[in-house]
Amino acid sequence: MYLSLLSSLVAYICVLLAVAFFTLLERKGLSYIQIRKGPNKVGIAGLPQPLADAAKLLTKEIAKPVMANYSPYFIAPIFSLILALLLWQLYPSLYSTSYFKWGILFFLCVSGLNVYGTLLAGWSSNSKYALLGSLRAIAQTISYEVSMALVLLFPLFLVGSFSFFEVGESQESIWLSFLMLPVSFIWFVTCVAETNRAPFDFAEGESELVSGFNIEYGSAGFALIFLAEYANILVMSLFSSILFFGGSYMFFFESDIMFMLKILFFAFLFIWVRGSYPRFRYDLLMTLTWKGFLPAALSFLLLIFSLIYFVY
Amino acid sequence: MASVKLFCARASAQCVLRNAVRPTYVAQERSCYKQVGKPEPDMRWKPIMDRASQTVFWTELFSGLGITLGHIFKEPATINYPFEKGPLSPRFRGEHALRRYPSGEERCIACKLCEAICPAQAITIEAEARADGSRRTTRYDIDMTKCIYCGFCQEACPVDAIVEGPNFEFSTETREELLYNKEKLLNNGDKWEAEIAANLQADYLYR
Repeated sequence: MYLSLLSSLVAYICVLLAVAFFTLLERKGLSYIQIRKGPNKVGIAGLPQPLADAAKLLTKEIAKPVMANYSPYFIAPIFSLILALLLWQLYPSLYSTSYFKWGILFFLCVSGLNVYGTLLAGWSSNSKYALLGSLRAIAQTISYEVSMALVLLFPLFLVGSFSFFEVGESQESIWLSFLMLPVSFIWFVTCVAETNRAPFDFAEGESELVSGFNIEYGSAGFALIFLAEYANILVMSLFSSILFFGGSYMFFFESDIMFMLKILFFAFLFIWVRGSYPRFRYDLLMTLTWKGFLPAALSFLLLIFSLIYFVY
Repeated sequence: MASVKLFCARASAQCVLRNAVRPTYVAQERSCYKQVGKPEPDMRWKPIMDRASQTVFWTELFSGLGITLGHIFKEPATINYPFEKGPLSPRFRGEHALRRYPSGEERCIACKLCEAICPAQAITIEAEARADGSRRTTRYDIDMTKCIYCGFCQEACPVDAIVEGPNFEFSTETREELLYNKEKLLNNGDKWEAEIAANLQADYLYR
């Protein structure tokens, strides 16, 4: 009991630290993509920048917008952060104190709840831009959850287990992405859309919505919202690497370092994609999931299912 | 080969003939159409397969990622500003300065050409004869908040007294500090004389 509590606590602290330095990686990565240097003034080469950011954000005054509905406005960032951290309970490791046999279902439930954080934040702010941003984010997230659930069926069918650990174990000889590369592409795009990241960051389209659903937030609330967003990105890269890219298996050998490197690669891919592509158009976004990914994933599913049924 | 040559000759003969009779045409002939619309996609199996695999495997998206990856390894264009500065042209028009002759005598002879030409009317000059009989300014003010840094004053000056130096870092905390008087301008001249002289030397052929 105490051990599992301690384990979760340590895990959360590590996740929050990782998130802090992931923001630095993003700023550095984006700036080098744009031939700039990024933050390099704080400490050595800007390394303590996230600590300075945290110190600044957390010591600022917590302002209450006059029009806001205060209790949901106050709860929304906390709610998002709790959900984002909850997903890290699924970290598939032999040394983990919690083992989820139905991990993928848990993941679907919690990521389905994720949208409520955005909804609460945008709606309770009682501001035009926040409302529009959260409306967009909700429509987008719900649409992409459909294709996400569909894509998740592939590993489920092939592996026959709901547990992330077993899905990872099953890829000892071959990664699932080699069996169905386009599906893993669809998965990654869905991840990017689920986390409201560029090029699908309609929740905070700076050019038209100023800052989107979080426009009324400052200081600690803003910090919590961003911690949640980046924790989600990291957890999505964790799941990408374990569902389609073999978890800790790397062709001939197995190591946890490889697993970490894969997570880091996918996390960097989020940044890389943000640096590479311009923002999508909203109707194209909806078209992509309903008319592109949904039929494609369904037909792939049919193919895989018939292969399993008739050949295997 | 012979047939090709024959064909060419015939074609050119036709061309010459057509040009020769063109003035006699009643109707205008348009024979060289260009298709500017989107061409019909090739519907044979191989091109269809190529297009489909380009879509499914995102070749274009990946080449885009490749370009940004290449940019990561480029030298950043950023300069570390307060410690490094970008290059300046010798014609750069920065903070004003009043220069002196090597003897220490101030150059300005109070001709007021700069005051006259200044489009922002930022310069105010008052002059009277000095004790030794030479004509000098008693007051030479530039309102740096009015100045538009057009450089007309240094163009107008017959003795290269008022110049715009290479200094562009002279921000102040109050507005009053930007109302320069003669003393401040002469001090600037003394401070930046080396750079100003080098710039004038570099540019004198073109003036």
